[in-house]
Amino acid sequence: MAELRAPDECGVPDPMPFMHPTLRDNYGKWVFHSHPKPGVLYHRAENGAEVWTVKFGTARQLDGYTIRLLCDLADKHADGHMRFTARSNVEFMVTAESKIDPLIKELNSHGFPVGGTANSVSMISHTQGFLHCDIPGTDASGVVKALMDELHEEFIKCEMPNRVKLSTSCCEINCGGQADIAIIMQHTKPPKINHDLVANVCERPTVVARCPVAAIRPALVNGKPSLEVDEKKCICCGACFPPCPPMQINDPEHSKIAIWVGGKNSNARSKPTFHKLVASGLPNNLPRWPEVAAVVKKILSVYKADAQPWERMGDWIDRIGWPRFFEKTGLPFTKYHIDDWRGARTTLNASTHIRF
Amino acid sequence: MAKKLHDTPMLDQLESGPWPSFVTGLKREAAKKDIMVDLLGQLETSYKTKKGYWKGGTVGVFGYGGGVIPRFTELKDENENPVFPDAAEFHTLRIQPPAGMHYDTATLRKFADIWDKYGSGLIGLHGQSGDIMMQGCTTANVQPAWEEINAMGFDMGGAGPALRTSMSCVGAARCEMSCFDEARALRTIINANIDDMHRPALPYKFKFKFSGCPNDCVNSIQRSDMATIGTWRDNIQVNEQQARDYMKGHGMDKLVNDVISKCPTRAITLRNKADAVSGDSISTVAVDDQHVMQIENHDCVRCMHCLNVMPGALLPGKDKGVTILVGGKSVLKIGATMGTVIIPFMKLESDEDFEKINEMSRNIIDFFAENALEHERTGEMIERIGLVNFLEGLDIDVDPNMINHPRANPYVRMDDWDEEVEKANERKAAA
Repeated sequence: MAELRAPDECGVPDPMPFMHPTLRDNYGKWVFHSHPKPGVLYHRAENGAEVWTVKFGTARQLDGYTIRLLCDLADKHADGHMRFTARSNVEFMVTAESKIDPLIKELNSHGFPVGGTANSVSMISHTQGFLHCDIPGTDASGVVKALMDELHEEFIKCEMPNRVKLSTSCCEINCGGQADIAIIMQHTKPPKINHDLVANVCERPTVVARCPVAAIRPALVNGKPSLEVDEKKCICCGACFPPCPPMQINDPEHSKIAIWVGGKNSNARSKPTFHKLVASGLPNNLPRWPEVAAVVKKILSVYKADAQPWERMGDWIDRIGWPRFFEKTGLPFTKYHIDDWRGARTTLNASTHIRF
Repeated sequence: MAKKLHDTPMLDQLESGPWPSFVTGLKREAAKKDIMVDLLGQLETSYKTKKGYWKGGTVGVFGYGGGVIPRFTELKDENENPVFPDAAEFHTLRIQPPAGMHYDTATLRKFADIWDKYGSGLIGLHGQSGDIMMQGCTTANVQPAWEEINAMGFDMGGAGPALRTSMSCVGAARCEMSCFDEARALRTIINANIDDMHRPALPYKFKFKFSGCPNDCVNSIQRSDMATIGTWRDNIQVNEQQARDYMKGHGMDKLVNDVISKCPTRAITLRNKADAVSGDSISTVAVDDQHVMQIENHDCVRCMHCLNVMPGALLPGKDKGVTILVGGKSVLKIGATMGTVIIPFMKLESDEDFEKINEMSRNIIDFFAENALEHERTGEMIERIGLVNFLEGLDIDVDPNMINHPRANPYVRMDDWDEEVEKANERKAAA
């Protein structure tokens, strides 16, 4: 142990030494921005300093070659600095308008899509999936790659009514987060329990406590301490699986994909909203999930044609109403769209406000 | 040179198409590293069987209790040997990025070099909590890799029941909407509580996020236990030249349909110049020679919409500060909850202001540590005990900005109504 070095508990690094010098020099002094073209932002500071940002998409999972390539391009075009956005896009800052087009040309030549600004479909916020998660129902990077291939035009153009944020999650815990359109694994069968392993692997009271509907109880199975699930109560959420891997919730056939819409975290216009279920039962069809892509593209095309400028997905549905959303998208409305979780009655229409 | 690639017909299908392919990236590393050859083998198996094959475990670095995500393969043959032995251990080190995720190329190259030497070469930029994810490391290489990363001045992020890595928007570095120094707030609070990140001992995870304005670009309201969001309390600032430029470029239709009629509280009015009203709470800007746009700032909820549509023409006020919301979280266990207001406005400029928010953050973590049940998030705790108990525990006064509307049911004991009225009057007198 003596050879081990005690950590330097240095915490979050100061961003200033890493920051593009024009951003650092004008920190807190910006007064104007515009959007000259897709993938490019212009910012001006109070003293007249100007900076253009070129934004582009990545795979998020970056190999050493790609990281070094980004560094080479940043050294050549962007003063040796870059930043990453919350959705894994990269931003290069340049200080002359003339530097934009050569940079875009070179980024495109290496396969980096320039876009993701303003009224675009931005990069999909996503999780780890089969690559690194211990409880995934599907992959993450693969779904994102397949969908962004389909939505590439919407990323590099900015022709949506307002920005569109997408997310994907490999289980109902929803690490991908709230979004205008969220693609989330939905289990449809209770966990299959490997009773031989439960006693050795799981802390049973913890697992019992984890269940949102109190459907799990301790039981003796084949003479061994284990757990049993009241399958009539079980909502197949998978919350018992992380603390107790023998409670296998992932089911290659019956774990399906659901689509949710209308989530937004910005306070602009309406208050922030959670996304709502609109479709489910879609197959986990690797490697390109065509059924999921078809539904996402259908929703996007209706939204693009029908929403007013600046209406986010949720704003648009607020105006046209849910019946017309289902009508226009052709998605079936079922009993499962009617919430029965706690607080559900506040989601019912307690009025005669009905559009005809 | 690494060993021969396994056949990956399903993953190969993700190499075509216009979006950058992670599979192509993995294969580049696999040309050099056996760990990546076998990682591709396991991933292809997952694609075929639709099953995951990782389990957790206990791997860490000397001195810390968290920050490494251990992954051991569960894909074993009939003799319990890993099918893909070179990727049998594939751990991730979570590393905290500089606030705002700014980098110089020397730093990124160094990360790539370290990960060539000790890991799979695959770095995720970034995870959903904002971590640099150094993915794919054997147990033996975790400590030496960490020591080199730490020597660069980077520290480990959070995992488990701990303070988690934080995020702030680009903010003051490149945005005119920024209402406070996001990076300073993030570093003040996270670095003061770093012990709770490195030695997980909280009931469950605790996340801070920092957004410079109510556009909330890092989604603090839905994704953090304590959200600090910039705002202002005086009048929206105007720039007539920019407003006229907007009008020239967009016309009256757009001004009416995109700006004025989309104001959620109908705080904006378009008037003939001659009919303009005046008052201390009104922002007025001429959009052409005939018309002025007037904003009643008492009715404005600082939603950001009109500022977003007319950048530069409308700007946040000068009396800037932050709103603090507590209790945002995702699904487990009671369903997703948003953060709700506990501090409608506080200044965040002076050293004393930062000390005040730092102290309050510590108090909230302490209250959470003492009162939350195991595996309960702050939002769930507040749902269980009620907001008022939370506020009283933190010595924060009630405020009507904390609610959508007052109680709509009579099921409450109100024996000491008169005392509470007295307190309300005292608060009013002190304001």
